Amino acid sequence: MTEAHPRGLPRAERTVVVREALSVGIATGAYGISFGALAVAAGLDVWQAMALSLLMFTGGSQFAFIGIVAGGVQAAPAAIGASSLLGVRNGLYALELTQLLGVTGLRRLGAAHLTIDESTAVAVSQDDVRASRLGFWLTGGAVFTLWNLATLGGALLGTQVGDPRTYGLDAAACAAFTALLWPRLRSRDAVAVAAVAAVVSIALSPSLPLGVPVLVAAFAALIVWRAPRGRDA
Amino acid sequence: MMLWVAILLAAAIAFGLKLAGYLVPASVLDDPRVRRVTAALPIALLAALIATQTLTQRDGSLTLDARVAAVGVAVVALLLRAPFIVVVVLGAGTAALLRHLGWG
Repeated sequence: MTEAHPRGLPRAERTVVVREALSVGIATGAYGISFGALAVAAGLDVWQAMALSLLMFTGGSQFAFIGIVAGGVQAAPAAIGASSLLGVRNGLYALELTQLLGVTGLRRLGAAHLTIDESTAVAVSQDDVRASRLGFWLTGGAVFTLWNLATLGGALLGTQVGDPRTYGLDAAACAAFTALLWPRLRSRDAVAVAAVAAVVSIALSPSLPLGVPVLVAAFAALIVWRAPRGRDA
Repeated sequence: MMLWVAILLAAAIAFGLKLAGYLVPASVLDDPRVRRVTAALPIALLAALIATQTLTQRDGSLTLDARVAAVGVAVVALLLRAPFIVVVVLGAGTAALLRHLGWG
């Protein structure tokens, strides 16, 4: 992991990473409009919606939080529980990212705040550690900026804004994550881990709280895989 | 006021969870067996995330709708080595078109 500065990256590779980061930022950021509108509909004011996007900054948790708080402020403990469960996976991403990014001191706080599905996916999708680092910071920065601007817009405009599903933005996110995972699926071990995780999460989804199936499925996949000799996964 | 407290507490927990992973000592993560597991974790988590985001509704029940078709089209595009942006736009376009036609 020497010579980790992104400037050492060949121009063509750099362009690929920048395009990935920006497209993920735009597709995810646009969803913030929907978050802002739903937050206000759930009874939050504009400042409270913005506080969630600026400070919590992890989409799944934010949607879960406002979905529960919409039922009344007495549901706040349940809302905190749900958003925290969904936030656990960011901590697990961080275990890999802390090695990949090589951050120390105060930069760790910045890296931690930007640790979400999107920035992790772009980082682990790269073959070169310099590309991973560039991808992480650019994606995290792009999503943070656009997600917050969009939250503000959605909170101010309210329900006049359309459903992002009309434009296929939810499907765009599924397609983007698939494309980012794709280069990692070269080894049979990685394919096995991904397949077991996918099947188990689907099987558990109807019966467990939001966020839990993904965690249990990931651990199940790692146990089945049992860390054999394969290096590449 | 109650709501503000809940928002700030939930945000603090979310940040604490993210930070916790960065505070695990390097000596623990340097073990080759631990490294293999931490490298495989994002693959497992993202695969599970794609599956649930594509196939479940907010209440967790399973459903087949425009998202499945979109991911199918994305996979075909990936097999044909299409660039990232093309894959994402095809995914969004597929879902938008199918919904416009009244499915999913």
